[in-house]
Amino acid sequence: MADPLLDIQGVSKSFGALRATDDVSLTLLSGEIHALIGPNGAGKSTLIQQVAGGLVPDAGRILFDGRDMTTLGTAERARAGLGRTFQISALAMENTVLQNTVLGVVGASRRVWRFARSVMRDGGVRAQAEAALDRVGLSDVVDMRVGELSHGQRRLLEVAIALTLRPKVFLMDEPMAGLGAEGSARMTGFLDGLRSEAPILLVEHDMDAVFALADRISVLVSGKVIATGTPADIRSNADVRTAYLGEEHAP
Amino acid sequence: MQREAVLNTLVFLALPAVAVIALVLDEPFTITLATRAAILALAAVGLNLALGLGGLVSLGHAVFFGLGGYAMGILASHAQSYAPLDLGLFVIEGTKSMPVIWLTAVFVSALAALLIGLLALRTAGVYFIMITLAFGQMFYYFTISWPAYGGEDGLSIYVRNSFPGFNTLDPIQFFGLVFAVLAAVLLIMGRLERSPFGLALGTARQNAARVETVGLSPFHLRLVAFVISGAVTGLAGALFADLNRFVSPTMFSWQMSGEFIVFIVLGGIGRLFGPVVGACLFVLLEHLLSGVSEFWLIYLGAILLFVVLFARGGVIGALAGRGAHHG
Repeated sequence: MADPLLDIQGVSKSFGALRATDDVSLTLLSGEIHALIGPNGAGKSTLIQQVAGGLVPDAGRILFDGRDMTTLGTAERARAGLGRTFQISALAMENTVLQNTVLGVVGASRRVWRFARSVMRDGGVRAQAEAALDRVGLSDVVDMRVGELSHGQRRLLEVAIALTLRPKVFLMDEPMAGLGAEGSARMTGFLDGLRSEAPILLVEHDMDAVFALADRISVLVSGKVIATGTPADIRSNADVRTAYLGEEHAP
Repeated sequence: MQREAVLNTLVFLALPAVAVIALVLDEPFTITLATRAAILALAAVGLNLALGLGGLVSLGHAVFFGLGGYAMGILASHAQSYAPLDLGLFVIEGTKSMPVIWLTAVFVSALAALLIGLLALRTAGVYFIMITLAFGQMFYYFTISWPAYGGEDGLSIYVRNSFPGFNTLDPIQFFGLVFAVLAAVLLIMGRLERSPFGLALGTARQNAARVETVGLSPFHLRLVAFVISGAVTGLAGALFADLNRFVSPTMFSWQMSGEFIVFIVLGGIGRLFGPVVGACLFVLLEHLLSGVSEFWLIYLGAILLFVVLFARGGVIGALAGRGAHHG
């Protein structure tokens, strides 16, 4: 088996007496979608933060492409090839869709320290941004301000910006939220194709999407991974059923 | 956008128009007023990069204004007394050359902005405001208690400094010089706003997490913006000192920093020409209202209150309509 691109080893984080993540280990292999599920308050957000660089774990290591990045900041991890999307959109609301996407291209190309050239008139940069927007289906709204977009469109924009980074690994925090049934189905189709470009660590509440997409699923309950396996394994896992899925999700 | 561009052009041309009319009518004081407005506008244009685009509310930009002023005052006073400035390791000759003074002012204030920024930019919000204010007060009290260059009384320069090819003693020629500097800086700032750096800085103001997620450091972006911002305000300080042929600790006072913010808010935050409109309005009101009452600042306060409550985009925003572009 190839070395995992993302290797989370025994990561723990406590806030006071609360162990938000407790000795969590996960791997993300090339070409796969690894979904992370769990009830609210299970520690998914804390784990995501530790992977993305917002929080430093109390214990454990996070290896990325063989390199220890446990103490690196968010920006350094992004430069190392981590493409993250947010649960609550983190976008420049006053700027246009295209401007937001162009920033991704600028960040990825490390060409931010340029003071005299108009970035929006740079044909090469624009073309890359437009291509990414086209892939997620936002070509019609490139000149709209992000503040005027619907919730679902902002989700798609987050994904488009992540695409411009051409990351080695995607870290997606609830990309389906707010998309509606049709949007969810489209996003599912899109992510399905995306895994061949770079593996995805997917945190998602939409169980239909998770079971349709995931190669492997890890279940986080009270800060601990109680099970990791294929969708079929997880469906039949008794612990998972009682702890989380509930009878209505049983096959 | 279109309307704002027209408006900007009109505002921009109003300054030289006033100066030329004053020249024809032989009113040198009005030319001096226009020069004062242009210099204060320049100082606020500098601050606007940090405050408007970067979202960094600095209440300490008077530091750079004052440093520019004292760069001029110290260099010119040593030239005036024919006594070189002995710094131990090396000796600096005084100079009356504006280009040299300007470069010194820019360098010194950029360096100060770098050091202050390295500390202050680790904080945000009200703490950032307080730290920049504290630095301002430090410089203010230092110059008051430093007797070498006049202390509290300030420092007078008898003859305005020179610029090759210009007679700077002639008000209209000095105005021309100042206006050319303002125009050049506005041109540079306009380009900066549209550059990759400007896009990233504006995004960092709106959402720092977004900037980090694409691999950029908000701290570095803000630091560079703060340095450029301080350097421009420092340049304005050198010009202001040359206009008055006088520097004093007042240039470092926090009221000065506050006035720069007022210019920006009055004209329109984050708009390239906002500080220009604000500074012109301020100087105009100061001139008109101070004749009416010595408590003219009360009226200015009322106008400012009106602008903040009813015209959030400042005067330019109100006149240009809602479609105006931010940043």
